[in-house]
Amino acid sequence: MWNFLRNAGRSYMLLVLLFVLAPIAASLVFSFNADRFPSLPLKGFTTDWYRETFSDPLVLDAFVRSLYVAVPAGMLSTLLGFAAAYTDYRFSFRGKSLFNMLMLLPPTIPAVIMGLAMLSYLSRLNLAGNMYAVLICHVVTGLPFSMAIIRLRLGQMDPSLEPAAWNLRARAGQTLWHVVIPFCRQSLVAAFLITAAVSFDEFIVAWFVSGLEETVPVRVLVFLQGQVSPRINAIGTVVFATSILLVVVGTAFSGLGKASRAGKAVDSSDNA
Amino acid sequence: MSAPVKQRRWPLIVPPLLWQLVFFVLPLLFLVVISFWSIQNFKLEPDFTLKNWSTMLSRTTFWSAYAYTWKLAFVAAFGCSLLAFPAAYSITYHLSESMRRIAVLLLIIPFFTSYLVRVYSWQVFLSDNGIINSALSLLGLDRIPMLNTAGGTLIGFLTLCLPLVVLIQVMGMSQIDRSLIEAARNLRAGPWRTVYEVIMPAMKASLVVAWLFAFILCFGDFVSPVYLGGGASPTLSTLITDTTKSGQQWPRAAVVAIMMIVTLMATSLVAVRYAYRGGRK
Repeated sequence: MWNFLRNAGRSYMLLVLLFVLAPIAASLVFSFNADRFPSLPLKGFTTDWYRETFSDPLVLDAFVRSLYVAVPAGMLSTLLGFAAAYTDYRFSFRGKSLFNMLMLLPPTIPAVIMGLAMLSYLSRLNLAGNMYAVLICHVVTGLPFSMAIIRLRLGQMDPSLEPAAWNLRARAGQTLWHVVIPFCRQSLVAAFLITAAVSFDEFIVAWFVSGLEETVPVRVLVFLQGQVSPRINAIGTVVFATSILLVVVGTAFSGLGKASRAGKAVDSSDNA
Repeated sequence: MSAPVKQRRWPLIVPPLLWQLVFFVLPLLFLVVISFWSIQNFKLEPDFTLKNWSTMLSRTTFWSAYAYTWKLAFVAAFGCSLLAFPAAYSITYHLSESMRRIAVLLLIIPFFTSYLVRVYSWQVFLSDNGIINSALSLLGLDRIPMLNTAGGTLIGFLTLCLPLVVLIQVMGMSQIDRSLIEAARNLRAGPWRTVYEVIMPAMKASLVVAWLFAFILCFGDFVSPVYLGGGASPTLSTLITDTTKSGQQWPRAAVVAIMMIVTLMATSLVAVRYAYRGGRK
């Protein structure tokens, strides 16, 4: 009985994985399919959709805009997320749980509601209808993620590391710079990559507040409102490949000797 | 090691706090404010009127959308949890360490792909001349209309939530003390009884949290209802987008949004209470 269940369970798990991955694989396959209307059997290999997509100025502009938003949004979310995570790690104060709730709440508010709220609020401030509005919204969305990632890493830090640096007369800022930040380097890079990816992928709030300055996913949404378009597959595949590449490069790059670096940082802070 | 915590560097709290207050709390509060404002000459004007509330809440379209959204999200969240559970069980208990890592990795991949692109892919699978129906007709079976039905919407919701729900359940399940399960087996509990009376109670919190996440995501999603459900029966989110985008009726959309937030808060409160009730975590 247990053995039968084991095999049945494994096959069922494969089915679930298939359901989850099938749309992604299909989009990859059909982005190279010659037939405009996606169906089986495949009609032959083509890169036309890519050429068509990336010679479309609307798409290219959207890509540039998305990058202009995603990179600063990632950096700002990481900085603010670090400040929030460190506040939670180091200090205890009244209303701290309220502070944490405020920081972590945004993902639980449906994006349509955030979009409407941001649109009406920012247009009252004359800030809506451009990329800065999208940037602001994406930092709000990204901050909780970066805070969570960095807070996890801070939790692994020896709590006596910082007091040791203070005892060696490092000032608070020096300790932060030479001890805490090197220790968190990997999580900072991870937080940046993930929040940039979140921004690059977010389309609902961006759709509300961006006005005519569309980002890539907003452009996809517009394509989706039209007819069948293999361009969606081409854009999707490029975006997917880029994010996977970024994450792989990021983790490989930041994973180099983080432990020894943190140790060295403690050594070097005593001549301060 | 309890080192004296120095209460300095307070300035670090200021930037994130200020940012979230100005760009998160204030916009949401402003939503409440404009629900009492009025539209004059296509422009939003400060006012204090209950008209938006009375108009929206007396419309049957609003209440039918409300009921439909609630039902869809509720069914999707339960269906998702049910479908995820055996997969999470297999990943936790039936796989070797390295296979488990691969399975988790494969479940993370969807988070790096656009939800819109996946929904478009499902259109290709589900449409009347799509892959599934072509396969069915090759087998000599009748075509089944799937796109532009509530079933299509549910498939979209599953695409949105299933990976997350499986991952949360795996996290909860892998924290269960294995000796509990061994003990149940030694006491001759069958597999079903072990799952129902040992594993599920021990991971109750993560089951409820996963359900709640799925419910919140589905309740607020407007992509699946429009592009897989056909948009024939409006949900609350499509009501918001329609009212905002085409009608410019922001105050009325704000009323819908506030009703949604209140509903989600009430549901979350009940769910979290339920999750952490009783001695067991």
